[in-house]
Amino acid sequence: MKIMLVDDSNTMRRIQRNALEQAGLADIVEAVDGKDAYEKLSVTEVGLILLDINMPNMNGMELLRAIRATDRFKDIKVIMCTSESEKQKIVDAMKAGANNYIVKPFTPEVLKTKLMEMGILK
Amino acid sequence: MKIEYVNPFISSTIHTFETMLHTNLTAGKPQLKTEPFLTHDISGIIGLSGDAKGSICISYPKIVALKAVSRFLGSEVKIVGPDVSDAIGEITNIIAGNAKKDLGGLNVSISLPNVVIGRAHKITCPANIQGIVVPFASEIGHIAIEIHLKTV
Repeated sequence: MKIMLVDDSNTMRRIQRNALEQAGLADIVEAVDGKDAYEKLSVTEVGLILLDINMPNMNGMELLRAIRATDRFKDIKVIMCTSESEKQKIVDAMKAGANNYIVKPFTPEVLKTKLMEMGILK
Repeated sequence: MKIEYVNPFISSTIHTFETMLHTNLTAGKPQLKTEPFLTHDISGIIGLSGDAKGSICISYPKIVALKAVSRFLGSEVKIVGPDVSDAIGEITNIIAGNAKKDLGGLNVSISLPNVVIGRAHKITCPANIQGIVVPFASEIGHIAIEIHLKTV
């Protein structure tokens, strides 16, 4: 399964990549914001997106809604990975179609647990 | 500024450093920001808007910033460059993002982070927003957060 990391922070994408590779998931593509991600989704088949919220150009919620409104992207699983931790933000994301939610700061173990919950890791 | 607005930033800083930088911070006593202002080498700054306006700033001496970023990335960083700038910005983003949910019901938005790199710089804010400085000690050195917040 190809995984897309969408975050405007190169550092965060690197941390996520390291955690995924530690878990044996190395087929990864990166995007620097929602607009970059949507363009790459048009040419790259992706099974899972780790998605930040606060980004320039197109933010994470805008990308999430765009993905869920596009039929060919409907099976892509989305885990929000963001510092936005208010309950309403989590509710809004889940209502908009996110499959799971990770609040920064997080450990690699938290990410691994979420992937196991979703059946992506055994 | 109410102390209830300061504590979430203290807790969030400690939690972020513990969770992702594997560093235990000990908070010192919060103090009103007065002249002469502290000087720093690297600062991450995020603006706050909504029910409260102002900014949060996390500042480091250069050597401490390099150690912090090295722990954040899990590999040694020796030079202040784009990687350090990005990492410091992301640490600031995480701290601010986490803290704002505990601001007593205030609906606050955070900006994208800015990072200032320059030896012995000072951070100033509008005169009508009182700042609070909180120093932290740790095994990698001292850092400081500055909270400038005014309810609307």
